[in-house]
Amino acid sequence: MADAVIVVALVLVAGCATVAVAVRDPARQALVLAVLGVVLAVLFTAVQAPDVALSQLAVGGALTPLLLLLSVRKVKRRKGRER
Amino acid sequence: MTPRTRLLLVLVGGAGIAALLVAACLRLPDFGGDSHPYGDRAVAASLARQTANTIASVNFDQRAFDTLGEMTILFAAVVGCVVLLRQTRDEHRARPEPADVARPVRRYALIVLPVALVTGLYVIAHGQLSPGGGFQGGVVAATSLHLLYLGADYRALERIRPVGMYEVGDALSASAYLITGLAGLIGSAAFLANTLLPYGTFNTLSSGGTVPLLNAAVGMEVACAVVVLLARFLDQAVEIEEESGK
Repeated sequence: MADAVIVVALVLVAGCATVAVAVRDPARQALVLAVLGVVLAVLFTAVQAPDVALSQLAVGGALTPLLLLLSVRKVKRRKGRER
Repeated sequence: MTPRTRLLLVLVGGAGIAALLVAACLRLPDFGGDSHPYGDRAVAASLARQTANTIASVNFDQRAFDTLGEMTILFAAVVGCVVLLRQTRDEHRARPEPADVARPVRRYALIVLPVALVTGLYVIAHGQLSPGGGFQGGVVAATSLHLLYLGADYRALERIRPVGMYEVGDALSASAYLITGLAGLIGSAAFLANTLLPYGTFNTLSSGGTVPLLNAAVGMEVACAVVVLLARFLDQAVEIEEESGK
């Protein structure tokens, strides 16, 4: 049973990571990255590392996508002014 | 360097890393096995000092010096960001207009904000007892404040978040970690040695000697650092504009 959860989590991580690379729009990439962070947290919980899972959830699921979205907004704003 | 030689170089380097990784993985212990030499020793050491969460014991007692390094890296990274993202001479600040927020978003953000903030503080306070600790709780508490930006607007966020105070808090908590370490050097055996304070009763908030103190210092440091970091990014994304005509 535990092995099945680990396998499912691993497949989801691989899938999300591939989508994150395949998506080319940075704003969408940030959202996929947030999903990847949550899935990675599930994987870490499944392999009994709740401490790391919590870090991953907070940093990978919330902080990194937020910083990315803010950077995208800054760049887009500058482009909009140049046009 | 032509693209061809560059590709060749990447292939050679990649093949080398792949070979080393495969060689290392072949010698790993089996997945899910019973033998955990490092884990057994770490658990014994953490139980001897009445720390219920072995990870916290590893982070703030057995490897407290490593954590000092990690904390310093975060501190230096935030200082670097503050310097890089400052307002330069050819930029000016434009007050952002108050924006309309959809009612469900506002309701959700304002309900979740206090819950997330208390969760973050809980995770920091119980770092020595249950999974989590200063780093995880600090990030949760700091990001939860920014729900106010989603639920209300940028000005509301600025009112509850005087960045200067958080910069001072960041430096103070980093110093608090160092001073706790120095106290170990003066009062007992070595820098960051956890032999100064009584270990307390197992599985209570005050157990573990200096572990809860160092944990709290890291929690405050991370929370302040993340708030300052996000404030600089928000400044750039929302407020700071380049002068027109450039």
